[in-house]
Amino acid sequence: MTETFRDARAPIDALRKRGRNLTESFFLSLIRLLGSVGALILFAILFFVAYNGIHILSWEFITQPPLDAMTKGGIFPVIVGTVLLTMLCMIVVMPIGVTTAIFLSEYAKPGLLLKIVMMSIYTLAGVPSVVFGLFGLAVFVVTLNFGMSLLAGSLTLAIMVLPYIISTSEEALKAVPYSFKEASLACGATKWQTIRKVILPTALPGILTGAILGTAKVSGETAPIMFTAAAFFTTGLPRSVFEPVMALPYHIYVLATAGTHIEETRPIQYGTALTLIVLVLGMNLLGIILRSRQRKKRAW
Amino acid sequence: MRWQTKEKAVERIVSAVGLFSVIVLLLIGFFLFKEAFFIFYKIGVMKVLFGMAWYPTYEPPEFGMFPLIMGTVAVTILTSLLAIPLGIATAVYIAEVAHHRVKEILKPVIEMLASFPSVVLGFFGMVVVAPILSNWLSPILSEHIPELLRSTGIPLLSTTVADFFYDKLFIASGLNISTAALMLTARAIPVISSIAEDALTAVPRTYREASYSLGAGKWDTIWRVVIPSSVSGLSVAVILGIGTIVGETMIVLMVAGGAAVIPYWIFDAARPMPAAIAAEMAEAPFRSLHYHALFGIGAILFLITFGLSLLSDFISKKYRSVRIGEKI
Repeated sequence: MTETFRDARAPIDALRKRGRNLTESFFLSLIRLLGSVGALILFAILFFVAYNGIHILSWEFITQPPLDAMTKGGIFPVIVGTVLLTMLCMIVVMPIGVTTAIFLSEYAKPGLLLKIVMMSIYTLAGVPSVVFGLFGLAVFVVTLNFGMSLLAGSLTLAIMVLPYIISTSEEALKAVPYSFKEASLACGATKWQTIRKVILPTALPGILTGAILGTAKVSGETAPIMFTAAAFFTTGLPRSVFEPVMALPYHIYVLATAGTHIEETRPIQYGTALTLIVLVLGMNLLGIILRSRQRKKRAW
Repeated sequence: MRWQTKEKAVERIVSAVGLFSVIVLLLIGFFLFKEAFFIFYKIGVMKVLFGMAWYPTYEPPEFGMFPLIMGTVAVTILTSLLAIPLGIATAVYIAEVAHHRVKEILKPVIEMLASFPSVVLGFFGMVVVAPILSNWLSPILSEHIPELLRSTGIPLLSTTVADFFYDKLFIASGLNISTAALMLTARAIPVISSIAEDALTAVPRTYREASYSLGAGKWDTIWRVVIPSSVSGLSVAVILGIGTIVGETMIVLMVAGGAAVIPYWIFDAARPMPAAIAAEMAEAPFRSLHYHALFGIGAILFLITFGLSLLSDFISKKYRSVRIGEKI
């Protein structure tokens, strides 16, 4: 009786199982497809910009200033502007960011104060970049009277990237094993000596990786420097930090939207975009490789 | 005694610097609202927020932000429709489905997309996506398809549906909220997927093993076990993704079309709030009403993202308590 019953159900079970396998493979393939869209977009844009920009890039292009109302020549001052903005920004943000991370991982006691600090960093990370631009305009350009300048732009960028530097540095500090700290304290070192001689050196590679990734982020930002630092055109290189600078992202924006020679400068736009992408993604890749190496090399 | 004083001094300095971000956040709020106050005071909060006309350079000027707010709302909704499924699918792919080797490539690629300069995304939208939409997609949708439908002679299909295609799917300009949404999707996918991936990996392995041992397949386990138990983490990802979309400036500035009118259809142009600030700040005379109005927009953006941050923080705290209780 049961034997015949099982026989009668067998084909239905088989069908059901097959149906389930079909749904399984259908949805898993769908996930594979949808999950690859982001990567495909990246490669499509990369390919497109590289294809159109590669023949513009030349030694002359990156070492000459713009000529003939920017329709000819290179982007040397633009590259220098971006490099100066990012370097000054990192010089300002690294000490503050790392010290805040030390505060969070070593000194802060659990309580309301720590909660407020964490919440502020978290909120700061979500503030739109154009709002940082407004803040930089109101504080650095107007109130502190720096004017549209390299200094004002760098400080604005520094505030924008601060939460990122804090969180990467904190992660690096927290990855230092507790036993290192205990060993140092047991040798009679004070807390500060332990931080300076043991924790910071051990965490340094991680902190630097965060700095590299932060630099990549900063150098591609446009909105924060639009009203604080970026100039449409400057003659020559900036002579002091109180002068406006040209910058790669702003240069792309201006040439592509505001000029009277939008079509004429198209090659320069592609060239500038490619330069920016190579700079940003190059640093990004460097940071990612360094980070994964550190994770593998970690002996503890 | 000397080292103790030094230790104390160091602790004081480090703690003081630790408060820097709190001070910065307060300063941002203070300066935004200080500069924004005047427009709300002079024109009136309701008239600014719900005024239908944004003509800041006319005489007399009008500062109704409603079209700009609706521009942001429209772009955000359109982008969410694309970016939330794609972002979460990316996270599921990386965390659950992908082979180890695929994962090792896909993860850094998505991370690189996250730091891809948004000005280049905007540029790509302008020179590639917009022309494709207006020169290639528009003729197909609004000419060839209605023609084909009309020629079939089937009732309804050859009339109403054909008219719909003819009227509604004509794309006058490639610079519209759909193009903006497409490019914003590229911006939002990595944000959503990186947070969602953390949420998915936080689901204990025992849950998956229990599901497999009951005979469930991979997809069943993902759909009925992993996603439901990480739903709060996933919603944090979605909220922060929306925050990114709302605040993203360069893309909407370059490809949303720039018209300060309420968009009623997916191919209408709009001027979302960040685009208005970025486009007009350079021409707004210092401390003029226009200048204060742009800070007013900035203050609203700040409040929105602040609210989204608080909300996501609240949800992720709640989520942790659920995980400790093991309620599932």
